Amino acid sequence: MTDLRYKTAIVGASETTLLGEIPHQSEFQLHVDASLNAINDCGIERDQIDGIATTMNPAALGHYLGIEPNWVDNTQVGGTSFLMHVRHAAAAIVAGLCTTVLVSMAQSGRSRVGEIGPRIGSPIHSNDPVRDTSFPGQFESIYGVMGPTTQFGMGVLRYMKDFGLTHEQLASVPVAQRRWSSKVPRAMYRDIISVGDVMESRMICYPFHLLECCLVTDGGGALILTKSDRVDDFPTSPVFILGTGESIETPIISQMSDFTSSAAFKISASKAFGEAGIRHEEVDHLMIYDAFAHLPIYGLEDLGFLGRGDAGAFIAEGNTSPGGILPMNTNGGGLSYTHTGMYGMFAIQESVRQIRGEASHQVDDVQISFCQGVGGMFMAAGSLIFTNQFPGNRDIN
Amino acid sequence: MCSLENNNYRKPLPVPTPDSEKFWHMAARHELWIQKCLDCIKAFFYPRMVCPDCLSKNVEWFEASGKGTLHTYMINHRAAPGFEREVPYAIAIVQLAEGPRMMTNIVGVQNTPENLVLDMPLRVVFDDVTESISIPKWEPDI
Repeated sequence: MTDLRYKTAIVGASETTLLGEIPHQSEFQLHVDASLNAINDCGIERDQIDGIATTMNPAALGHYLGIEPNWVDNTQVGGTSFLMHVRHAAAAIVAGLCTTVLVSMAQSGRSRVGEIGPRIGSPIHSNDPVRDTSFPGQFESIYGVMGPTTQFGMGVLRYMKDFGLTHEQLASVPVAQRRWSSKVPRAMYRDIISVGDVMESRMICYPFHLLECCLVTDGGGALILTKSDRVDDFPTSPVFILGTGESIETPIISQMSDFTSSAAFKISASKAFGEAGIRHEEVDHLMIYDAFAHLPIYGLEDLGFLGRGDAGAFIAEGNTSPGGILPMNTNGGGLSYTHTGMYGMFAIQESVRQIRGEASHQVDDVQISFCQGVGGMFMAAGSLIFTNQFPGNRDIN
Repeated sequence: MCSLENNNYRKPLPVPTPDSEKFWHMAARHELWIQKCLDCIKAFFYPRMVCPDCLSKNVEWFEASGKGTLHTYMINHRAAPGFEREVPYAIAIVQLAEGPRMMTNIVGVQNTPENLVLDMPLRVVFDDVTESISIPKWEPDI
């Protein structure tokens, strides 16, 4: 028996203003038109909307409308996706993850103006740079960008000016993580390196040297998740989920509200801490998705472990290295262990191993692990807090 | 400025959409136009049908001053297709005097960390890359 019966209701609904042949509006504009009409239908204040479900990029739609969601759904399985969005939204509302969800759908199926989503059954062209009508396509790709390496670290020089971070401190991030990967057989890079080694590695996109950029590898990971009261049915040590969070900002890097901080990190992490009911000091182990060397620096501050401008020195002084007070990226991270493109699953897998006591470079007495993920270039963030302590049996608090 | 050589522009070209046509139409005339909300008076960029702050439809296009400052940047050492002759080149964020920020390239000065000083004043220039498209770029405003 599900718990959704009668628990939620649709209070606003509308189609686009026009229907049929609309050659003067892009597909994105149709999404916006439908969304605004639904908002007007019920008269809701924009700031009350805290969830978005759509087949287009929810970060793009959310940012356009000035919505800051606590919950997003991007399930895309063709024309029935929207019924699933409603179902998923109902479950999220009942679970308290959000209170009010915008579900949006639009297609320029006939006029094919500014198409975003793939057309089922047709060759996918949405990655075609020649026809990329998105805003990053129009206003960013024209300036010689070539993937995240040329954009993700855009805020670092501003962070250096505003907070005094040095190039050597940035270089200390991969140095710290090699101290962990040196004992991890599956890590791609295991040699101990120095700050000098990092600064002498090839300049890729100033201020990032080769060793400050993530690997590019193949691989994957999977999880099986079920209710906590079933853990004794399985031979594995349970990894309980204590806290969760998610957030999005924008897919357009030039539109970040603050280049020295991730708004999505802050919201996502604070949700997770709130749900878990733990203090920062209780975190024994930390994973911060490190596509590039600045992510752990931003993360330590945005997650609330350190004050503004303190993270570079904290890492450089060895506090996240083996023997330090806050072990971080203990598999070596995206900089040393592996990075296929979407590394978040590997961060989860290392948190799971540390919680189970089965990691290659195991930290002593791990009871709580905090796992932070990033999506796109600070476009999205997810946070998970894990524990091996049974409810009611925790040493914590 | 003109990058048009034998109609052989190899860099990515912007594909305007109905909501961005005004921007690109005015850029072709070497004018930088953005939008503002008439209700909350704030300027914004990228093009939208409504104000991102108050969702008002009372928005209009206006010509920006063309002045800004260098907010941050990276210098790319591996050429994107079409950029082989410019590498290393900066991919930068300019803060318009009106408030919004945009991505751009910096021209008129060699793109080195010594030359590109955060918060330095910039002014917009336009690169005619095809018969119908001009791309805004920014140079030091000295």
